[in-house]
Amino acid sequence: MQTSSDDVLIARIASGDRLAMQVLFARHHVRVYRFVLRLVRNEATAEDLISEVFLDVWRQAGKFEGRSAVSTWMLSIARFKALSALRRKPEQELDDETAAAIEDQADDPEVTLAKKDKGAALRQCLTALSAEHREVVDLVYYHEKSVEEVARIVGIPEATVKTRMFYARKKLSELLKEQGIDRGWP
Amino acid sequence: MTSEHNAAEAGDIDELLPWYAAGTLSRRDAERVEAALARDPELARRFALAREELAATIHLNETLGAPSARAMQDLFAKIDAEPRRQRASLGIGTRIAEFLGGLTPRTLAYASAAAVIAIVLQAGLIGVMVDRPTTSGYETASAPTGAPGVGAFTIIRFAPQATMDDINKFLEMNHFNVVAGPSGGGLYKVRVAENPLPSADLGALMQKLQKDKVVGFVAPTR
Repeated sequence: MQTSSDDVLIARIASGDRLAMQVLFARHHVRVYRFVLRLVRNEATAEDLISEVFLDVWRQAGKFEGRSAVSTWMLSIARFKALSALRRKPEQELDDETAAAIEDQADDPEVTLAKKDKGAALRQCLTALSAEHREVVDLVYYHEKSVEEVARIVGIPEATVKTRMFYARKKLSELLKEQGIDRGWP
Repeated sequence: MTSEHNAAEAGDIDELLPWYAAGTLSRRDAERVEAALARDPELARRFALAREELAATIHLNETLGAPSARAMQDLFAKIDAEPRRQRASLGIGTRIAEFLGGLTPRTLAYASAAAVIAIVLQAGLIGVMVDRPTTSGYETASAPTGAPGVGAFTIIRFAPQATMDDINKFLEMNHFNVVAGPSGGGLYKVRVAENPLPSADLGALMQKLQKDKVVGFVAPTR
């Protein structure tokens, strides 16, 4: 029922209803924020971006054709904004982040502890995936998007969505193996 | 050939496991996965891995926190700075969606029951009319007059696959107005012209409308 009521909210937003915008924002902003944050890895940037995402929703509501769920449409906008922001980032900042990501994988005491806790190790490895792999894993597991919806958000064929997810999971197993946890697959 | 097919099928099922774990597969694909899991213990083991990944991903995302109130303040400051938008009235499709969305499941169940009774009564009435002995001579098949209003009217049932947006566009593009409905069977009475049309023109219009993908059924009425 939430999907259809999202459609009603969008129709109201298209007619300039500010309250409908508040309801839509309250309903979706946390998930959109987390999706963006996982891509840009910077809380301040993610906060700036979600207000931009919802401003686009306000401006483009009249053009929404209902071919996908509203949440799918918003995640598509969010993805575009996040990738644009990443392209604008100075190279130095990216290097720092890369360094931080490499440090994340080092065998420090935290990692040693993580070896004992498979769930914690898995979560750490999820953060170490490439942006492309993080994105597809989050969309499938956290944002509960179907193959078709992921294809729409990411802008790739459905077959590519399946293989990308498969390789993301394979990479996850490899990262776990580096931490001493063999899942026996692939 | 069969083993190749089985291998391809197994690979396909393997790729679907994450969506099966998340509960976002179509019913058909979910049934395929369930059948494969029941006969393949190794696949069942790999499914357990997908469930671990699902749990870890949810846990990770849920610990990311939420944005501060600044995000909302920024957004509405920007919205307030936008040029004021003309508030248009909501289309018929949106009104129908809102109406249905506002009904509780119990109310919907009562409404469905009422619709079933109406259909049964209607079917009975048609049966009586068919069984009634006809008088000799010519009789027109037109419905009795009585509906007031000026203009040319049709009854339309929209195609099930037509979205609310499609219906709104169809009505706006043709300058049609819904004047009544939906009645039993999802029929709407629609004014298609301000003044009565000659029957030839109305017939041509019916033919044109019937070809529109938004329209499931159309017939002239008074």
